[in-house]
Amino acid sequence: MSVATMLMQLGKGMISTAEIFFLTLLFSLPLGLLVSFGRMSKNGLVRGISKFYISIMRGTPLMLQLLVVYFAPYYLFGLNLRGYRFPAIILAFSINYAAYFAEIYRGGIESMAVGQYEAAKVLGYNKVQTFFKIILPQVIKRILPSITNETITLVKDTSLAFVLAQAEMFTMAKQIAAKDTSMMPLMVAGLFYYVFNLLVAFVMERIEKSMSYYR
Amino acid sequence: MGMRGNMERDSNILLEINHMRKGFDGLHVLKDISLSVREGEVISIIGPSGSGKSTLLRCATMLETMDGGELSYLGEKAAWEEDGRCVYAPKSKLKEIHKHFGLVFQNFNLFPHYSVLKNIIDAPVSVDKIPKKEATERAEKLLLQLGLADKADAYPYQLSGGQQQRVSIARALALQPKILFFDEPTSALDPELTGEVLKVIKQLASEHMTMIIVTHEMQFARELSDRIIFMEQGLIQAEGSPEEIFASDNERVREFIGKFQS
Ligand SMILES: Nc1ncnc2c1ncn2[C@@H]1O[C@H](COP(=O)(O)OP(=O)(O)OP(=O)(O)O)[C@@H](O)[C@H]1O
Ligand SMILES: [Mg+2]
Repeated sequence: MSVATMLMQLGKGMISTAEIFFLTLLFSLPLGLLVSFGRMSKNGLVRGISKFYISIMRGTPLMLQLLVVYFAPYYLFGLNLRGYRFPAIILAFSINYAAYFAEIYRGGIESMAVGQYEAAKVLGYNKVQTFFKIILPQVIKRILPSITNETITLVKDTSLAFVLAQAEMFTMAKQIAAKDTSMMPLMVAGLFYYVFNLLVAFVMERIEKSMSYYR
Repeated sequence: MGMRGNMERDSNILLEINHMRKGFDGLHVLKDISLSVREGEVISIIGPSGSGKSTLLRCATMLETMDGGELSYLGEKAAWEEDGRCVYAPKSKLKEIHKHFGLVFQNFNLFPHYSVLKNIIDAPVSVDKIPKKEATERAEKLLLQLGLADKADAYPYQLSGGQQQRVSIARALALQPKILFFDEPTSALDPELTGEVLKVIKQLASEHMTMIIVTHEMQFARELSDRIIFMEQGLIQAEGSPEEIFASDNERVREFIGKFQS
């Protein structure tokens, strides 16, 4: 295979990897916030369910979760869903990462001084205003380093989508490497993940800087 | 000082507390507190640590729910007792009542991610729905008044403690409360910074702002107050004009005040 075709095919994989990455962030960041609310709920049942959900998501391999999410509709309900592969991947990644983000949010929210809530209450802010105007912006600033960590892990974890034979970067690289008996595609893939993460780190640093105007 | 005639005694009562009780798991912190505050009055609350001063302010400002008794602002009941249980007015009513008072905290509790100006205008704009332009004008007036005109764009971390406390006073005043509570407003400040905050409070007193101030600054309480309340063990043990309190023959009061004058 020529270098050009190899790069072409890897390029396709690259796009698929980027899609998994961005869609997972898009869904898991808000979902994680929701789960963290559940985890901190006054309602014992809601709290228990959220806790259980988080422990399953964090306590079992993501690769296994990918398989379960993909095959469950067929084995449980006999459904043969067409074009379900990619949505299954996004679903599995999102619910998995939401669990990690939930715990990060919770740590941030619980670290807020009670005085911020009290000041807001006396000034007449309602609960929603208090959370979104006063608490959340400060929480985001605090948890950003942990979010960066998870995001960098996510870049590498996207390669797990190979278990569902998704044509993402890693799957493609492995295929070409086997066919051509060459290390080259794997090296290119490695370089790709590395540069992707440099970019992620750069962007996150910019976001952190944009919030450094206060302490 | 504003000693008022008996004629006015029942008019213009802004705050009325009757038999307020509050406990924390078995510990009776407020045992039976009754207090009424007339418009324009400045009341200082003094007393030893743990006597329930902060708890009283927190119950009065509804940061804490009381266990029993009655609380009303401008004749509107916020909480009362029914069958031995304390019930609060419906949410919409409480929201109205909330507008009557403000609270200044010992440790300011400014919003660190907001500039000084935004700290002051955000509640008027997003809670009271006052046009931003009007809120800004009001805030700038307050900043000027409190000697902070050049700090509008600063962030709280860039200010000294005294300046932060003055901003938090401006933030409370921006909502134009009828009554302002202070919980040891100078206790978190270095001694050389307490003066500037006390000066602001005096200025407010001269403008007839109704204030209830928990303080350990005896000289300040003496100069400023229409009435001083001495609390101990969850009860108001003595109450009177500064002259009466400072010449009290109540042994506990004398002992307490004596500690601050030695
Ligand atoms: N949230 C709470 N939970 C349990 N106990 C509390 C709580 N808040 C206050 N207390 C207790 O109530 C008592 C009175 O506290 P409070 O803070 O009202 O005293 P204070 O007069 O303001 O004292 P200080 O001068 O030290 O500020 C103390 O014994 C305190 O430990
Ligand atoms: Mg106190």
